[in-house]
Amino acid sequence: MPEQFLWTIEVFLNGLMAGVLYALVALGFVLIYKASGIFNFAQGVMALFAAMTLYGIMNGQVPFAHLINAVFGTEVHYFGWNLPAILSIVLTMVVMILLAWLVQRYIFRYLVGQEPIILFMATIGLAYFLEGVGDLMWGSDIKTLDVGLPQGINLWIDETTFNAFGYGFFIDNLDIVASIVAALLVAGLVIFAQYTKQGRAMRAVADDHQAALSVGVSLNFIWILVWSLAGFVALVAGIMWGAKSGVQFSLSLIALKALPVLMLGGFTSIPGAIVGGLIIGVGEKLFEFLIGAPYLGGATENWFAYMLALLFLVFRPQGLFGEKIIERV
Amino acid sequence: MKYKLGTMAVAGLMAASPVMADLVFPSLSYRTGPYAAGGIPFADGYADYFTLLNERDGGIGGVPARVLECETGYNTEKGVECYESTKGEGALVYQPLSTGITYQLIPKATADDIPIHSMGYGRTSAANGDVFSHVFNYPANYWNGASAAINHILEQNGGDISGKKIALVYHNSAYGKEPIRTLEKLSEKHGFELSLLAVDHPGQEQKSQWLQIRREKPDNVIMYGWGVMNQVAVQEAANIRFPMENFIGIWWSGAEIDVTPAGDKADGYKALALTAVGSDFPLYDDLQKYVVDSGKAAGAGDQLGTVPYNRGLYAAMLAAEAVKKAQEIHGVDDITSGMMRDGMEALEITEEVMAAAGLPDFGPTFSVSCANHGGEGMVAVTQWDASAGQFVQIADFAPTDMSVIQPLIDEDSAAFKAENNIESNCN
Repeated sequence: MPEQFLWTIEVFLNGLMAGVLYALVALGFVLIYKASGIFNFAQGVMALFAAMTLYGIMNGQVPFAHLINAVFGTEVHYFGWNLPAILSIVLTMVVMILLAWLVQRYIFRYLVGQEPIILFMATIGLAYFLEGVGDLMWGSDIKTLDVGLPQGINLWIDETTFNAFGYGFFIDNLDIVASIVAALLVAGLVIFAQYTKQGRAMRAVADDHQAALSVGVSLNFIWILVWSLAGFVALVAGIMWGAKSGVQFSLSLIALKALPVLMLGGFTSIPGAIVGGLIIGVGEKLFEFLIGAPYLGGATENWFAYMLALLFLVFRPQGLFGEKIIERV
Repeated sequence: MKYKLGTMAVAGLMAASPVMADLVFPSLSYRTGPYAAGGIPFADGYADYFTLLNERDGGIGGVPARVLECETGYNTEKGVECYESTKGEGALVYQPLSTGITYQLIPKATADDIPIHSMGYGRTSAANGDVFSHVFNYPANYWNGASAAINHILEQNGGDISGKKIALVYHNSAYGKEPIRTLEKLSEKHGFELSLLAVDHPGQEQKSQWLQIRREKPDNVIMYGWGVMNQVAVQEAANIRFPMENFIGIWWSGAEIDVTPAGDKADGYKALALTAVGSDFPLYDDLQKYVVDSGKAAGAGDQLGTVPYNRGLYAAMLAAEAVKKAQEIHGVDDITSGMMRDGMEALEITEEVMAAAGLPDFGPTFSVSCANHGGEGMVAVTQWDASAGQFVQIADFAPTDMSVIQPLIDEDSAAFKAENNIESNCN
């Protein structure tokens, strides 16, 4: 087979894998938007906060150590334990549930019925607040997150494709794990939404929160539940992205990668987030490979993803899987 | 009545107190934001050096130093605000710590007669002191970095790299694009094939670039990265099993934080350096005694000896030496920013000066003149030893190819001079 064709296939596959990682971030946005109509600007920062908390718990880091030491003149930094990854993930989830409760109790309870733009502004405030608290709590150094995820080239794929085509494809083990995790996550979320009482209540609130209230569904509880689920998705995204670059402030910027995915897939559809992620991932990688790098000087991925999303918006404003907006006048 | 009494009390107190002279060094730090991990140790090193001089020597020439820290978050607008809010305090020299901030401050600081020291960043052609009277970028600039990387590759290949493939992976910004022209000129001179791979900010996703490297199989990769781009690049290089000893980064891609996330796989990665590595210098004993142990360190004291801390320390040491030179030239201890500029322009860093500062062989020897604000452009090479968890200096400070760099400096600065109607500084 011609080399160029094989390379294109390799780029296509890597685009799919990158798309899964984008979709992981987009899922958190969809969950909250679908249930409450809030576009959560803080989703990227939640991923950062979750990953920092996971690292801190795993390594026995004392939260707010610098503050404590500065105020009390102490020298405490670590508790002296190292917890297993699974236990740390569970404990981090407890922190994220607590965060969800705090967000609902102290911010959104007072904003029920407000305009979407007000709710959006509140999430901007939340993002900056969480960034600052995260820094103060866990420090701003770059943390190496090791939860045992494999990284690097998958040798089996490399050898198999080399034997078959004379060219070994590069697929990152971390991307394969991310794809499996994303599939499990989506399946879990769908099962939760379809077959559990809380999941059905969540869907009822998403459809019509006033009708849901009238049949006894607690809006407060559902919002806490949704923010907790978004916190869990943020934790998964934080682990995957944190494994690539270390846990650092820039993790919060992964939200920028999710926006075109949401524009394309729709803000209210879980499958839309996945399909949107895959289209964006493949589209930007193929464009960079076939046109961007050879003819435009490269680094086209960021703007091309948004351009692709805009193109979809022109023909389908609600996104590929979004609910059609019908307003009676 | 209460207000009047208060005002009188303050006025009386001010009249009774002697006017305390001090040497003001603004520190435009970034302890928050996406680049804080590198900004904190630099700011700590900068502050700790002046604390040491105050505690041990009673200041510089008997005048205490005062570090005026202002948080920029690596944001250009905030950096300019910091400049405006601190310049009135008697600021002697600014280290903008960002190429964007440097560009904004060049005309302002020149008009205010305050020198700028952009060490290893900023406008490269500012090395021409005849045009940029108040900007200094010694001991080395981006173009020296590009030449130093090629020199190292030449050395690895017995002096012949004709026909070799060298790829530049760069941050797609004004900073990242700086070495391109120099590398193009060097590729003409040495006959290597140069390929350019841009990475968009912030650089968390670089799969396309590293797949291209895997396909094209360059012999060497040079990186001009920043922030998260560095960590991801080192990780991706490890993922495609690119030989780390053939991967070399500029000094902004050469700190411990850039390689630790990749773990053992980063072993062998190389980086250019403006200073020596580690803390095995006599000055560190004094730092421990007068600054850290006495609880006066700017940070937690856990960054001593890291690459960015050493860079901050070195920047402060060069500023202090320039103050000494200015005091010597003008015969006064409490110098002004204009005198500081003169001191910087007459700065001579010899082995004796470095040894006297407790930092023998810590940085290159160089001298500054009216025409040359960039020094001799000497650069060292370091290599990451993952098992020891530290960079090791593998090549001493060596000269770079000024026969290629100087014409580029002259050309760029001449264009700036004509554009802005600038009079020669050195007539």
